[in-house]
Amino acid sequence: MRSAAKDYETVIGLEVHAQLLTRSKMFCGCPTTFGAAPNSQTCPICQGMPGTLPVINRRAIEFGVRTALAFHCTINPGCRFARKHYYYPDMPKNFQISQYEEPLAEHGWLEVTVDGQERRVGIQRLHLEEDVGKLIHDGPLETARSSLVDFNRSGVPLMETVSEPDIRSPEEAAAYLRAFRAILLYLGVCDGNMEERSLRCDANISLRERGETGFGTKVEIKNMNSFRNVQRALEFEVGRQTEALARGERLVQETRLWDADRGYTRSMRSKEFAHDYRYFPEPDLVPLTMDRARVEEIRAGLPELPADRRQRFMRAYTLPAYDALLLTQSRALADYYEAAVREFARPKIVSNWIMSELLREIPADDEKALAASPVPAKNLAGLLQLIDRGTISGKIAKDVFEKMFRSGEDADTIVTREGLIQVADTGALAAIIEQILAANPKAVLDWKRGKKAAAGALVGHVMKATQGKANPGVVNSLLQEKLSQL
Amino acid sequence: MQDVEHVARLARLELSPEEGERMREQLDRILGYIDKLRQLDTAGVEPTSHAVPMVNVFRDDEPRPCLSPEEMLANAPDRSGEFFRVPRIIED
Repeated sequence: MRSAAKDYETVIGLEVHAQLLTRSKMFCGCPTTFGAAPNSQTCPICQGMPGTLPVINRRAIEFGVRTALAFHCTINPGCRFARKHYYYPDMPKNFQISQYEEPLAEHGWLEVTVDGQERRVGIQRLHLEEDVGKLIHDGPLETARSSLVDFNRSGVPLMETVSEPDIRSPEEAAAYLRAFRAILLYLGVCDGNMEERSLRCDANISLRERGETGFGTKVEIKNMNSFRNVQRALEFEVGRQTEALARGERLVQETRLWDADRGYTRSMRSKEFAHDYRYFPEPDLVPLTMDRARVEEIRAGLPELPADRRQRFMRAYTLPAYDALLLTQSRALADYYEAAVREFARPKIVSNWIMSELLREIPADDEKALAASPVPAKNLAGLLQLIDRGTISGKIAKDVFEKMFRSGEDADTIVTREGLIQVADTGALAAIIEQILAANPKAVLDWKRGKKAAAGALVGHVMKATQGKANPGVVNSLLQEKLSQL
Repeated sequence: MQDVEHVARLARLELSPEEGERMREQLDRILGYIDKLRQLDTAGVEPTSHAVPMVNVFRDDEPRPCLSPEEMLANAPDRSGEFFRVPRIIED
């Protein structure tokens, strides 16, 4: 099986649906607030009642253009909406307003970093459409007698972005999604929350013999609700398809559902009935023409994007590539970093503390939690200043950070109240060192016989005796002095 | 007849043999009419999807009041609390 795996190349394309952060729906004025009471945010337009007319939300189009420009797409000079027909209870109109032959934008790319290597993944198209309602099944789908429908989500603006089949591994797929999400968050067009389904991903995956340029039979995978699950589902599928091909089986083109609890994909068994959406131009909406000047205005107003910010972090703060990539993966984290560096101008030290302490408490891509961190950037800088001035040791500072995080207090308050101020008073430390030397004759002897590492153990004893409050630099030089006098 | 069955299936319609036959005749007549239209030379004519020559009609992104769930559910054949209730969904 392992050797067979080497003969195949994985080909992956991703479709991402992102809910746009507009205040009202795509074609009507219903609010888009998440978590409202069921069916409290609907109206005759988003319910598709006869005689109603949809009208396009200007901001949704602008968000689409913003995103398309950030993905280096060509904005089509004209675009229009189309009806996509299918019958399912999540959609009372029996068609979804989407875009088909004339999407908003095409032919872009996204830069993806895997193992420090940068690659461009092509973006085929980006279009806008409306979301559909939410179904809640009465128990497991197989046995449920009925389903409940909430139409609050129906009509919320969705942006669908289809990648080229340029992705070559599950890991790269996850990296694509991370980069994708970061850009949406930098642009402020989507909240990127996969659990609340404001960001969703479907994947197409096929295998082909290495060197082959045509494509193998592709399988579509749905129902993956986190980046981690996208990667796991694709890894599973690479294994399944590789084994099937190694056994000489023919794969069937189908849709498979990822089961995160069981860790496998299963067929939806619905593919013989090929989808026939009978698209046609939406007669209730007039076509759009893109005003070049407005597009250029939007382009000029784009914020600094993750890739640019990463480059700038490496240049302006002389950070290693690894730090810069990590710190720029969300806008909130990069903002946090820069705010901290403004207060404490030692960029690498700030980076180290964020990576080792802050990110232990908060995931790097959790914008909300980072923005509301109990240790704001200013307080982290304050803590680092205390170390810098020798008021507390680095070791104590880690405990102080944790206390700051739990209580929301600043470093000064905690250090003063708990008496953590470092002892740098040579007189007081000298006395302690003499006691330690007297109590550890073996270490002293070792040191005298040339085992210089023994000094480390003695420093450790001093630190312990002072509950970590001794200034390690002062302890070290005092200790060396005392030892050489013995 | 295959076309009628296909379209009926897409529209989730159950047709009796008699209804199917009636639909077939009607569809035939409609398609015959379309064939007639096809004889026109439309090379160089932009397809018309709208009767009015307008582009770029937008609304501002301002939330407006919705209907209440009670009003929304008033015509529902079945409901459960504030949800619409539909028969269990069977994938084809």
